[in-house]
Amino acid sequence: MSLLEAQSVSKSFGGIRALDVCSISVEEGSITGLIGPNGSGKTTLFNVMTGYERVDSGQVRFRGRAITNNSPDKVFRRGIGRTFQLTRVFPRMTVLENMHVAAQRNTFSGLLGRWSSGQERKRALELLDFVGLTSLRDLPAGNLSYGQKKLLEFAFVLIAEPQVILLDEPAGGVNPTMLNYLTERIRLLNQRGVTFLVVEHNMEFVMRLCDKVMVMHRGTRIAEGTPEEVRANPAVLEAYLGE
Amino acid sequence: MRTFKAVGLLLLLAFAIAFPLLFSNGEITSIAFFTLLFAAMVTGWNILAGYTGYISLGHVAYFGIGAYALALICKHWNVPPGYGIFFLTPVAGAIAALIAIPAGWVALRVRRHTFIVITIAMFFIAQLLSYSLNGLTNGSTGLDVPFPLEWGGDFFNTPFYYAVLILLLLSIALSWWVRYSKYGLGLLAIRDDEDRARGLGVKTEVSKLSAFVMSALIIGMAGAIWAYFIGAVYPASAFDPNFDIAIALMGFLGGMGTISGPILGALLLEPLHQYLAADYPDLYLILYGGLFLLVLLLLPRGIVPTVRERWTKYRALSQNAQRKDGVVVSPLPEQGEPATMKREGINL
Repeated sequence: MSLLEAQSVSKSFGGIRALDVCSISVEEGSITGLIGPNGSGKTTLFNVMTGYERVDSGQVRFRGRAITNNSPDKVFRRGIGRTFQLTRVFPRMTVLENMHVAAQRNTFSGLLGRWSSGQERKRALELLDFVGLTSLRDLPAGNLSYGQKKLLEFAFVLIAEPQVILLDEPAGGVNPTMLNYLTERIRLLNQRGVTFLVVEHNMEFVMRLCDKVMVMHRGTRIAEGTPEEVRANPAVLEAYLGE
Repeated sequence: MRTFKAVGLLLLLAFAIAFPLLFSNGEITSIAFFTLLFAAMVTGWNILAGYTGYISLGHVAYFGIGAYALALICKHWNVPPGYGIFFLTPVAGAIAALIAIPAGWVALRVRRHTFIVITIAMFFIAQLLSYSLNGLTNGSTGLDVPFPLEWGGDFFNTPFYYAVLILLLLSIALSWWVRYSKYGLGLLAIRDDEDRARGLGVKTEVSKLSAFVMSALIIGMAGAIWAYFIGAVYPASAFDPNFDIAIALMGFLGGMGTISGPILGALLLEPLHQYLAADYPDLYLILYGGLFLLVLLLLPRGIVPTVRERWTKYRALSQNAQRKDGVVVSPLPEQGEPATMKREGINL
């Protein structure tokens, strides 16, 4: 059974059909790539799956349970984390405070307690170390470079130990060294059982990282397969290069 | 550093407690009463405006509601004047907080500028209602609050001073808890990027509304103490838009989103206001306007955050200079690495 799936999802903005009966499924333990030309509906699909947009029709399922139109906080608490295309960290809070925002808040007493206590602080520092930002922990996150913000966003999504992470253009604007670093981190997490769905324009990055690639065009999935299969698919070439 | 801070705070508290004994003059204790009243209100207001970034210019509506609630309770229950009335202020505050629940629920549907406009509108609705709900509020004639005759002379202000000091301490405790709790961290995240916060599991709706209600509770209690102090409530004085401006100005000046900023803002501005309002009633409004512009121009983030930042910068730079001179730099005691490292980190 697939971990996360969208079934015949449609979404229109005014007259534009951003998603047109689109179905995708992400297998547990995979790194799945989602590619497609600009405006093909990738980010809208992300928004729909994480509760940021409501679907017009169709269903989103996580472990077989419908999570269609759940609010973003609920989706996150179920174990689906995401990053944003235009990286979104909390600029006026310190790096360490950023890390704590997403830490588990299931219990009421946990909510009342101090944010920087014991276990979570340890975990936050571990994760900062994991992405190499430890030395910047007391800086306002707004002072970080673009690449560092990407890493921070990645790290604070991880703190809640999501089962699947949706990455929206993780490679955009990141230098090659940082990109290699990120690739390595994603691989490492994947080995530990975290599933990834990655939207990306950088083909080399996608082909290198993903086990399976899905291609979107005009709001729907037009192809899927291994990176090699997709690369050879005439429909994909056509979508990218035009008829 | 920490013990130094604790001792300083204790001395400050001791001074605040001893104040009416040191200065028994009624004029001075009256200024002190208003100063602490505003310090408490700005601290309460800051829980919403400073931490969540939802700037309300209408929370004085809850001040008026608290004031009227106390007057009405005293009237209907025939409460005699005396210390007992102070114990009714939490009830008056709770009534203001209860009314804030539906009001906040509506107002918090919108963000930023729209939210500000809605809060202003809600304030004037509350003011209009206090004029027009004749049966309840007695219209523009207002309501009397029992007057404690036996607290004559210069002693009169003293019970009010202590009541408002307790309220201030309560509001500081609340603000402190919010700032360092996980709940409060969620509020700060809402201030920086509400949608992102939602996507990380923060229950934004409930968080915002509870901050709104906590602010209303503190300001409502302040209104109740004020009503008892003044001895009567009228629509124009209980729902005074100048209070809204004053609260916001004090918050901006001191530094929103900090614990000490709102108190500092009130300590700086309210005595000035009290002093000027008596002798130059027209001048102080002009001065307020000018000050508002100056704050926006020179200290857009307020005194406390600006000073804090300059201090960190100064310390980092001086350590840098020391390093150039070949002097061994001692690492920061707690963090284990020099501040300069952190600064260099920006340009990685």
